[in-house]
Amino acid sequence: MIEFFLNGQRQRVATEPETSVLELLRGPLARHGTKEGCASGDCGACTVAIASPEDGQQSLTYRTANACITPAHQLQGAHLITVEGLARGDALHPAQSSMVACHGSQCGFCTPGIVMSLFVMHEQQRSAPGMPLDDHRLEAALGGNLCRCTGYRPIRDAALSMSEHADTRPPWADDPTLERAVRELSPTVASEGQSGYLTPTTLAELTAAMQRHPEARLVAGATDLWLEATQRLEPFEMLIDLRQVRELRQIEETADGWWIGAAVSYREWEPLLVEHYPAFAHLLTRLGSAQIRNRGTVGGNIANASPIGDTPPVLLTLDARLRLAGPQGMRELPLASFFLDYKKTALEPGECVAAIYLPKPQANFEQRVWKLSKRREDDISTLLGAFRWRRKDGVLSDVRVAYGGMAAIPLRVEAVEAALEGRKPDQATFRTARQALHDSLTPMSDARGSRDYRLTAAVNLLERWRLTLVDTGSNDPAQEVILDAYAH
Amino acid sequence: MSEPLLALRIESESTGTGEAFGRLEGDEPVARDTVTPRPARENSRHAQAHESAIKHVTGRARYIDDLPAPHGALHAMVGLSDVAHGRITRLDLGAVMEMPGVIDVITAQHIPGHRDIGPVFPGDPMLADEEVSYVGQPLFAIAATSYLEARRAVKAAVVEIAPLPPRFDPVAAADAGEFVRPTHVQMSGDWQQALEHAPHVLEAEQFVGGQEHFYLEGQACLVVPGEDEGVTVYTSNQHPSETQKLVAEVLDIPFHAVTVENRRMGGGFGGKETQAAPWACMAALLARRTGRAIRLRLPRAEDTRATGKRHPFHNRYRLGFDDEGVILGGDMTLIGDCGHSPDLSEAVVDRAMFHADNAYSLGAARVTGHRARTHMASNTAFRGFGGPQGMMIVEQAMDDIARHVGEDPLTVRKRNLYRIGRDTTHYGQHVDQYPLMVEIIERLERSSDYWQRRDEIRAFNRQSAVIKRGLALTPVKFGISFTAKHLNQAGALLHVYTDGSVMINHGGTEMGQGLHTKVCQVVARELGIDFESVRISATRTDKVPNTSPTAASSGADLNGMAARDAATQIRQRLLDFAAEHYQFDREGLHLENGKLVSDIGAVTPAVSWGELIQAAYLGRVSLSATGFYSTPLIHYDRDSGQGRPFYYFAYGASVSEVRVDTLSGEYRVERVDILHDVGDSLNPAIDLGQVEGGFIQGMGWLTSEELKWNDDGRLLTDGPATYKIPTFGDLPPIFNVELLEGHPNSQASLYRSKAVGEPPFMLGISVWSALRDALSSLTGYRVSPPLDTPATPERVLMAAEALRAGPANVGASR
Repeated sequence: MIEFFLNGQRQRVATEPETSVLELLRGPLARHGTKEGCASGDCGACTVAIASPEDGQQSLTYRTANACITPAHQLQGAHLITVEGLARGDALHPAQSSMVACHGSQCGFCTPGIVMSLFVMHEQQRSAPGMPLDDHRLEAALGGNLCRCTGYRPIRDAALSMSEHADTRPPWADDPTLERAVRELSPTVASEGQSGYLTPTTLAELTAAMQRHPEARLVAGATDLWLEATQRLEPFEMLIDLRQVRELRQIEETADGWWIGAAVSYREWEPLLVEHYPAFAHLLTRLGSAQIRNRGTVGGNIANASPIGDTPPVLLTLDARLRLAGPQGMRELPLASFFLDYKKTALEPGECVAAIYLPKPQANFEQRVWKLSKRREDDISTLLGAFRWRRKDGVLSDVRVAYGGMAAIPLRVEAVEAALEGRKPDQATFRTARQALHDSLTPMSDARGSRDYRLTAAVNLLERWRLTLVDTGSNDPAQEVILDAYAH
Repeated sequence: MSEPLLALRIESESTGTGEAFGRLEGDEPVARDTVTPRPARENSRHAQAHESAIKHVTGRARYIDDLPAPHGALHAMVGLSDVAHGRITRLDLGAVMEMPGVIDVITAQHIPGHRDIGPVFPGDPMLADEEVSYVGQPLFAIAATSYLEARRAVKAAVVEIAPLPPRFDPVAAADAGEFVRPTHVQMSGDWQQALEHAPHVLEAEQFVGGQEHFYLEGQACLVVPGEDEGVTVYTSNQHPSETQKLVAEVLDIPFHAVTVENRRMGGGFGGKETQAAPWACMAALLARRTGRAIRLRLPRAEDTRATGKRHPFHNRYRLGFDDEGVILGGDMTLIGDCGHSPDLSEAVVDRAMFHADNAYSLGAARVTGHRARTHMASNTAFRGFGGPQGMMIVEQAMDDIARHVGEDPLTVRKRNLYRIGRDTTHYGQHVDQYPLMVEIIERLERSSDYWQRRDEIRAFNRQSAVIKRGLALTPVKFGISFTAKHLNQAGALLHVYTDGSVMINHGGTEMGQGLHTKVCQVVARELGIDFESVRISATRTDKVPNTSPTAASSGADLNGMAARDAATQIRQRLLDFAAEHYQFDREGLHLENGKLVSDIGAVTPAVSWGELIQAAYLGRVSLSATGFYSTPLIHYDRDSGQGRPFYYFAYGASVSEVRVDTLSGEYRVERVDILHDVGDSLNPAIDLGQVEGGFIQGMGWLTSEELKWNDDGRLLTDGPATYKIPTFGDLPPIFNVELLEGHPNSQASLYRSKAVGEPPFMLGISVWSALRDALSSLTGYRVSPPLDTPATPERVLMAAEALRAGPANVGASR
């Protein structure tokens, strides 16, 4: 049994562990405005807005989510807004009236999801009206909503013209007691044992629950796990939700780095990266979509151990470490020792990733992160190259090179590092490095790219790196070697 | 011609938006919601918003899976083949029947009527009988009490298939004479002699990839059994009449026992022209057997594997031309990869052949079209219907010829356009309005600063080692009409109720293209009433029978004309009645602004539309009419390969600029300028939406949308995680799109408008050509690099690598 608010109305419903928010909406709740386009979190047709009090914000803050891969249980204690909850009688919300006025819908099937992304953007504008609606923000907000009809131009017009429309507030926004009522709901799922869904709130509770239920699967953002529910249709015997575990939601600063809790979402992590690791932060703008970044976690990206996860290669070059929590307590492990083989990790039974240590950048630190994919936004890496080094007197040191998509695991390429370490970045040095890379990797062919392409492009990224080292920052177009939209 | 109330309404509502969104009543499909269009985007009083726009943005627009299902409705699911080619040796569904919630299971043996549901030619078993022909082919269907139970139950089937050798290569199939339909040839003049005497001859080949429709609403239907032997079918479907026919034939009942209804689709693009029918047929059989309503909705991966796509093509040309790059003649071969059955491939490959010239005279030419049979899902209609694939070969030739003679590709394109003395196509149709093509290109050349940018780009590329920019202008000339002549007909049914409200039904379906909006506008215009008084309910086979698919861009041309015919009849009756009843002079009487108005004698008091209808009803005047239209003048003789298959041509052109990273293959489309001809636009807002959306979809086809199969013929890119249609950031930062004004259709089309659904799709070819242009700069524009499609970053990088390795490594034109 879960309790939450839907468009200002309190709901109390029974649901199965593997039921998604979308299934709950379109089934028992009979709200058919939210559509299913793919049931895999890739198209955004099912976009809804969710405010969860435990996200630590001062007031309820609405974030987009793909309802198709969000566990219904994660609505516990939250306020869910759907497309039915915006208009005030006949008066449309600006996210809606601007879409009508700009001819932003054709077949209309993606439209409810787009309206919800616009709604969240509008809410953000209300709370921070000074923030310009530049292309970067528009792309970040709308890149996860596929439209097959319009070609996006009228949707862009709608996003830009929302402020010109009457600022009709949704009916629930008038209710002064709503926020308190939402906050009064328990953040944890009641009668946990029977529900098949556990919501521990401390690390100790978590490890105890994992011991009690060795069959249980761990869930945080569910952005990958839920594909097992929607595509493989396997019921989950028991799910343990990490999102309420206090220790996993913290970012703890130390003298020379940060421990990032494993259940910290990409979005929550982003400000820190923007300040200290801008190249890494830019990668996040190309990781999934806003809907995914709002829910997916860095711990999930690591523990999932996908060879094409976006952050592991970067974290490898930053010498990241992991804190693993288990029945025997906590242990630390270099990230490089974590990935053993395809989808195999160093996690022992009963263990989970608790936190990731990110060192602070040292003097003369430089970094490049280049993700290659078929489409710039909302796509998974075909390959990803991460490079980090220091440069003093024209000599490279502390060189780290890692790739994703080039082997069964995210991989540091020590032969390339060795070829560059202590050397000047001249053509001869990089020729050796390219050869070393070529000899070190044997990628595979799949739907995202062929072996040849992966190898050729991976080697070329070293040449691109060399060219950026030659670049002295002039604006001479002859020095242009990267398309700005893809990376900086 | 009276253009009455729309203008007034827009003016009166031009302030504020809130109050303009009135009348949201009920769950009925309504066509009366109206809003003030954004002045900045509109240039005409016809820029009516989509009739469902408010329902779209509020979530009230209903799609098939949103319909309230009758009590006890079951969920159907379909079991698909995992093998591309083989014989079924065991299909044991005992375990499926034992799964929780399962009520019924059907295989081919359970079909009472036709087992083959091929839409035009046989070849598509509803459920595979003995042989399977592709991975994803339906083998059996089940009904269960929930969607999840149905999906889980399907997995319990025991299927054993003895594999036979599969064929996936259409070129090998063509070489072996494995065709789903006979080869067709079109010829104009002595092409061999033209090649022999030409100063220059080039030849090349290309692979043009297919495309998944990726309609956001997948294949879905709801079938409700009736009290007689029949069913009512609610289906996301572009061709209700054909589905009616097939369902009736499968159930072995008369057509009149089957009613098919569609209110709207969440996208179609051709993917629901023939390929929506099988699911309706299966659900109908389950509904009749169980006596319960059946809901069937394919999960995305099953949908993508089971249904056909845009045909991939292998094209070749061998063309002779003079020193100026003007084509004298030659030979073209187009091989369409049709998949396992004919479906619509006869007409798709025909249309590819009809567009192998695009906007250029081929001189003395032979065009051959093969329909190769492979063990794939049966490829089908998709916006452009083979036209885009045909155009690709001549656009490649234009670039190749230009590099060969050392001219800018635009110069060579212009020299080859249809013109006086070269104004007849290779299939014998005179090209109407060909000067329009010249005008469009010249205007676009100027408005896009083509030549200035060309110089800048060349200068940039000389300095820039890694990043290369490319520019291309490509034209589109697209033939409008179904090439199957009998489909060029349409019907409509118009009722005026005694309160003056008007219901129009027609044979076309709404898939987002704004057809219902346009048809309501036509009726409102003919009857001199406002848009809100006219409503379209769903498209239903019991209202307008024997309809054609909503396809070939013809929806408004045909159904708008039929609706106009019905409205004209009603208007005549009303005016005849009024002249007698009110003793007005019949001449000069007309309907305008919701009133009966007399031009002669200004003293005549105006009668309101409502009063007139009341009086006419009491005067026992029929207030209902059927309308009909068939396109005149068109004909095509398959034996000679000559005729006039198209009523008219629609024109357009686009200029695309790209920036390519030749180290990674990444690229961006930085600027696009489009000028497109829709004759006198029926609704400029909707037409602009079709042009923009069509362009982006065409760009996606040629760039990021890659279909990949494994060696066993299983589609790997079966969902949006791996199949990448354009998303928000792929919208070019500069996107100047204009409709050509002041050039009405030279043919007597609906208010001299032109069809707009498909032609803009092919404007996307300029992106591909611009990518080739950027790559060509790696060789100082001496080599025209082959670039198969989709031109993914991978293909672009590999092309760049080949060029850098030296022209000898480029499998280019000789």
